[in-house]
Amino acid sequence: MKRKLDLIESTCVPLPLENVDTDQIIPARFLKATTRDEAFFGENLFRDWRYRADGTPNPSFVLNDPRYGGEILLAGRNFGSGSSREHAAWALAGYGFKAVISSFFADIHKNNELNSFVLPVVVSEDFLAELFATVQANPSARVRIDVEAQTVTSLATGRSESFELNAYKKYCLLNALDDIDYLVLQQDKINAYEKTRQHEL
Amino acid sequence: MNTLFDKIWDAHVVQHVEGGPDQLYIDRLYCHEVTSPQAFDGLRARGLRPLRPERIFCMPDHNTPTHDQDKPIADPVSKAQVDALARNAAEFGLTHFGMMDPRNGIIHVVGPERGLSLPGMTIVCGDSHTSTHGAVGAVAFGVGTSEVEMVLASQCILQPKPRTMRIRIEGTPGPCVTAKDLALYLMQQLTTSGATGYFVEYAGSAVRGLTMEGRLTLCNLSIEMGARGGMVAPDEVTFAYLKDKEYAPRGEAWDRAVAYWRTLRSGDDAVFDREYCFDAADIAPMITYGTNPGMGMPVDGTIPPEASSKALQYMGFQPGEQLLGKPVDYVFLGACTNGRIEDFRRFAALVKGRRKAAGVTAWLVPGSWEVHRRIVAEGIDRILADAGFELRQPGCSACLAMNDDKIPAGKYCVSTGNRNFEGRQGPGARTLLASPLVAAAAAVTGVITDPRTL
Repeated sequence: MKRKLDLIESTCVPLPLENVDTDQIIPARFLKATTRDEAFFGENLFRDWRYRADGTPNPSFVLNDPRYGGEILLAGRNFGSGSSREHAAWALAGYGFKAVISSFFADIHKNNELNSFVLPVVVSEDFLAELFATVQANPSARVRIDVEAQTVTSLATGRSESFELNAYKKYCLLNALDDIDYLVLQQDKINAYEKTRQHEL
Repeated sequence: MNTLFDKIWDAHVVQHVEGGPDQLYIDRLYCHEVTSPQAFDGLRARGLRPLRPERIFCMPDHNTPTHDQDKPIADPVSKAQVDALARNAAEFGLTHFGMMDPRNGIIHVVGPERGLSLPGMTIVCGDSHTSTHGAVGAVAFGVGTSEVEMVLASQCILQPKPRTMRIRIEGTPGPCVTAKDLALYLMQQLTTSGATGYFVEYAGSAVRGLTMEGRLTLCNLSIEMGARGGMVAPDEVTFAYLKDKEYAPRGEAWDRAVAYWRTLRSGDDAVFDREYCFDAADIAPMITYGTNPGMGMPVDGTIPPEASSKALQYMGFQPGEQLLGKPVDYVFLGACTNGRIEDFRRFAALVKGRRKAAGVTAWLVPGSWEVHRRIVAEGIDRILADAGFELRQPGCSACLAMNDDKIPAGKYCVSTGNRNFEGRQGPGARTLLASPLVAAAAAVTGVITDPRTL
């Protein structure tokens, strides 16, 4: 859902696994919903890691670890690979995450997070490793993400990095606007393009 | 610069958004039932209607059962989703190929086979395997549901332009090496993130030598290397495949189209952001042993000692182990990866004169009713029946277990699908990705078998 994202300051949930695919973030059997009920998807975030086959919580999975919580997910590299399901981003939002910090995101999922107002923050491998170590040693350690300044700061150590975000998308996040708001205003340009294109397809 | 990808992308840029992505015009939007309902809801909530309904084609494929399609879907949740697509298509005046329509099937099989996906087009769908359509020489990529809504609303999408990669495969592949093996080899070489951020053009003599079906398989799997899409420059193989297809241009329009399509190739001076070259002779029939498609090896190989222990634990394998001779519970032929006529011809050629192994459950699922029709017309169904195999009705089937076709927990399935992620074919299911030939070899022997030895 559209929401303003400007400043996120929170504890983090560490998931130090690489290549987490969107089938794990939200398994296919939960994609049968025909409405965008983010709370429903959030309840089933990481479903098959979070719960055992008998439906009881798996105590060894980080979302069931009472030490950890917060609005930021720390994830290993290549987060969100595989299926294009935006439901994965909705599940992250529905669970309460506002940002995911990783060293590398899969393309489609990264766009889906941005379009779902969950901020994908790319940091260096080195900083990510430090963040994992800091949070695992001290689950109450806080991280601050400043969207306007495009910086992510580990408040426990003071280390900070800047992250990429194009000016257009930053404006959208800071003002709770989405791409459809923008595109429907471009009707004249779309008409002009259609009239002048060289090859009709 | 001056790559095939640049030519098509640049011809579709409506504008460069200041400080942001490109506004890209989309020639074809495909909608299936899983990733579109929320986009249609969004459209309604904003009081909008599709801007160019004639460019949008809808069909259910993920939830459709692969038997008794003439009866209502038994699972009420699946039925609700399939019905919602039909309702949305009717409300917004979109073409809809419903279940039992002779044009229905998996979107990525139907689009090319109906001539809906054409060279030079931009094509999107809320499905990562939209990369498939790049095989006809189009810029085709998967998008999320918000992006589906963008295209419904404006026939455009906002998208940063990806970097370009060319992967050449030169030489002649050895016996029993198919397009699927080329793709599994590339994934193993490049990993599942090796092409993230890139759009891939496949080139080289081994790619040129592929049939259209083979090129569709290769491009289908581009996303499994992280690439947004993959494409092959259109040539005589492409034109012969598309000619006289239902939605392909005809008469003079066809001649004009082909003249344009012939210009769709990377220039001799084209510069790619990244290039790879592989020798087809190095590629063997492949199989995966782990829980992402990059964890592959030659079917007669051994699991690398450094393989992820989490993945091997899930699969029940040990590092250093061979897979040859391991028992197989299920075999799945189908999906947008290997559900085309050529895949059924290959599978049938291997099982002909043999019998399905007693312990194996085999699901043979054509990618579309058109594929089904050709299987029957060519007598392939008889060969399969004589060997103890039953043909099912088209759909995504066991590739992702959104219908009745689920692999039980702990069971091994040699699958011609595209993903071996944990739980992909059902919670706890263990998937080994392979070609139709490796699948056929497992189906008749009951164990992992090198098809070159049969």
